[in-house]
Parts: sequence; C-alpha cells; structure tokens
Amino acid sequence: MKPLFAHAPKVFADATQAVEGLSDGMRIMAGGFGLCGNAEHCITEIARRGVRDLTIISNNCGNQGQGLAVLLQQHQVRKVICSFIGGNPDLEAQYLAGQIEVELNPQGTLAERIRAGGAGLGGFFTPTGVGTVVAEGKEVREIGGRLYVLETPLVADFAIVRAAVGDPDGNLRFHRTSRNFNPIVATAATITIAEVDRLVERGQLDPDDIHLPGIFVSRIFEARDHKNPIEHMTTRKRPQGSQP
Amino acid sequence: MSWSRDDMVARAAQELQSGQVVNLGIGMPTLVANVVPDGVQVVLHSENGILAMGPFPFEDEIDSQVINAGKQLVTIAAGGSVFDSAMSFAMIRGGHIDLAILGGLQVSVGGDLANWAVPGKMVTGMGGAMDLAVGAKRVVVIQTHASKDGISKLVDKLSLPTTALSCVKRVITDLGVFDPLGDHFRCEERALGVTQDEIRQLTGAPVIFA
Repeated sequence: MKPLFAHAPKVFADATQAVEGLSDGMRIMAGGFGLCGNAEHCITEIARRGVRDLTIISNNCGNQGQGLAVLLQQHQVRKVICSFIGGNPDLEAQYLAGQIEVELNPQGTLAERIRAGGAGLGGFFTPTGVGTVVAEGKEVREIGGRLYVLETPLVADFAIVRAAVGDPDGNLRFHRTSRNFNPIVATAATITIAEVDRLVERGQLDPDDIHLPGIFVSRIFEARDHKNPIEHMTTRKRPQGSQP
Repeated sequence: MSWSRDDMVARAAQELQSGQVVNLGIGMPTLVANVVPDGVQVVLHSENGILAMGPFPFEDEIDSQVINAGKQLVTIAAGGSVFDSAMSFAMIRGGHIDLAILGGLQVSVGGDLANWAVPGKMVTGMGGAMDLAVGAKRVVVIQTHASKDGISKLVDKLSLPTTALSCVKRVITDLGVFDPLGDHFRCEERALGVTQDEIRQLTGAPVIFA
C-alpha cells in the first residue's frame, strides 16, 4: 500500500497498487450489470495476480467471456453469488458441470442483501421467493396477512467499483446505468476500491452531486482507458433530413 | 393459423394503458416497446436502473453506459432518471410498477409462473423475474402455448422451478389470450383460424371460452 500523497491517503497510482492485500479464498463484491459499469482495471489486476478460491458476489459475474468471466476462465473462482447467468457461457458451463458453486438470488434480494450488509442490518423479510427454491431452508413469516422470507446480509473482504468521477476523499459520481450495483457493494466490504474515469480535486464535486459519500471508499485510482464494451449494438437509423 | 411472434407482441402491446409504469422482460416482451399503440403513453422501467427508458439510440448518439436489462443499447427519455439496483427493486417490490410483461416457460391455472430454469438443460437464473412477478400490480406473460412436440405450457400444476405463485393475470400465446382463474383457464380471444378443439387439445388444464 503506497498512497501517492500524504494529504490524500486514499489515492493510489493504479490497480496494481490499489488491489494490494487481496489473497486466496477472499470474498469479492463487484459492481456492474453485465459488462456495464465494471471495474475493468481491478478485474485485470485480480486475473494477473492469479489468486484462487475466490467467492465473487456480482449480479452476472461477467458476460460474453469478458469482465469477471476472465476469472472463471482461469479457474480462480470457487463460488459465485449472483442473480443471472444467461449470456455468460463460462459460468453456465462450469455450473452445469458442477465445477463451481453458484448461489442464485433474485436480483432485488441480492441488491438488498448487500445493502443490508453495508447498513449494519441483520437481514430483512421479502415476499420475493416465497413458494420457490429460494425460500428452502429459510424462515417464512406471515406479516400483515402476506408471506415473507427471511434473507440475510452479505459482506465481503474487498469491493471493486467503477465510477465516472471521484475525488481524493473517495466521493463518487456515477454515469447513467453504470451505477447499478456499484454504490451498494461499496458499502458492504472491508476494503472498497474505486476506479474512476476522472479524479478531480477536493471541492470540485458539489455535495449535492455526490452519489456515494467517500466514507465507503478506502482506495481510489484514476483509469482513463475503460473499454466499456457494448454487448448488443442496438441502434436505429436517423430519419433522412433530421438533425442530430 | 396461429399467431406469429410479431402478432403475440402486438397483442401484448394492447395491454398497455396510458399513464402506466411498465417493465418489459428480456426477449419477446422487450419488443413490445416497438409497437406501443398510437396515443398510448407509458413510462418504461428497466430494472438495471432507468425510469422513462427511450428507444434504441441513433448511430450518432450511442452511450455504451446506457443499456436496458437485456444489455441492449437504449436511450433515456426526457424526464427520465437513473438510480442504483436497490432503489430499482424498491420500486418493483414496493408495488410502484403497474404492469410487468414477462416471458414464460409454464403458467398454471392458479397463476403460478415458471420462467427461469429447466433442470439439467437450461439455467439462466431468475434475474429480476421473481421480484417483478411478486411486486408488479399486474403480470402478463407472453409464451408459446405448447412445445413443438405438443406438450402444453398452460398447465394444471407447474413441473418446472417456480418463479412466483398466483401472480399471472393473463397469458398471451400463439393460440390466443388466456386468464388463469384458479381451476381453469378462460380463453378471452382466439387467434384467427384456431378452433376451440385445438386449444383444448393443447392445454394441460380445463379451458372455458368467453
């Protein structure tokens, strides 16, 4: 761990510096929905380090062979806690072959379990999953005439998040649908690493425009060359004669 | 003659009512956005974090960080907003979504839905489907009526893993429109040229005709 500046101890030079301390068997939470809003440099660094037996908590654990799917291809992952594996052939193949443990959560339950972990809650009752395999082995309680299942919180050793803008105090601002799980996982880990497209000076982010307060971010670095892969290039033709 | 996929999508679009907040599931339901009837104005919700989702972008306005839940490029309409996944599912579970149109593998007479796994063959995961099925005020399913070898997907009891119980209000298939009413389906509409006998033969539960 080598902070760049004594007065800004959260700021790191790059992913290699920021990912320091990650080891075999750890639980990693990752923001991102498919390949949108991924901490691309952190993922590359985790792949380069070759740490193994990881538990990945992420909505998709990569897609189309990219993103976190690289860690699957290198057999660095022991367990995935996620909601959706369609479009992720690496995860689907390893899951169906019994090579990897997959805990499927309804997407809203996954988000709320992470939120609960970050907010210091012991869990919550949700109507989602009642009468399905999701509720097996869990307490089901009737509240106000409706059935709810008890879901427990999730926490992790590391969280890796991606934001558009950050400052030396770790305050973050996200861009469009890259926000997704990023601000939630940031709250629920012992060490949260943020990689940002643009690192600005203290005071340049207006307090009203901060999506995630810096208290949740332990380390931050700037990475200007995100790939932002497009999974489905769906466009339409601009009608002739119309202006952009 | 039964309905084509386009026919089913167009029929599903007739379920939309002006002023509704609507979530469209991945696959065929997503196509409903392209055929919203003239004069009907709805607000589309995408569970990855958009309220008031717009159409696909023009080629000169692509933002790779604006996608829908199917990971397709989209736009955000005027008045739209973006938010995180916990907020998005608070909207869904909290009953703030008026209508969800979802894909299906099986629907039972009791309105139970299966749409996320075929054990041993296909597991996509439930994604947001369980939350949508439980939380949306009205759930409409689009699916084929039966498999290619004639096994009905409108059933007495689900044989596939459940998504949610007693949630489906209407099923739109290639043979018509069907409402699950507890111990039978009521056929509200038949596709042109489809007979009552054909429907009875391809439905795994009692059917009455409106």
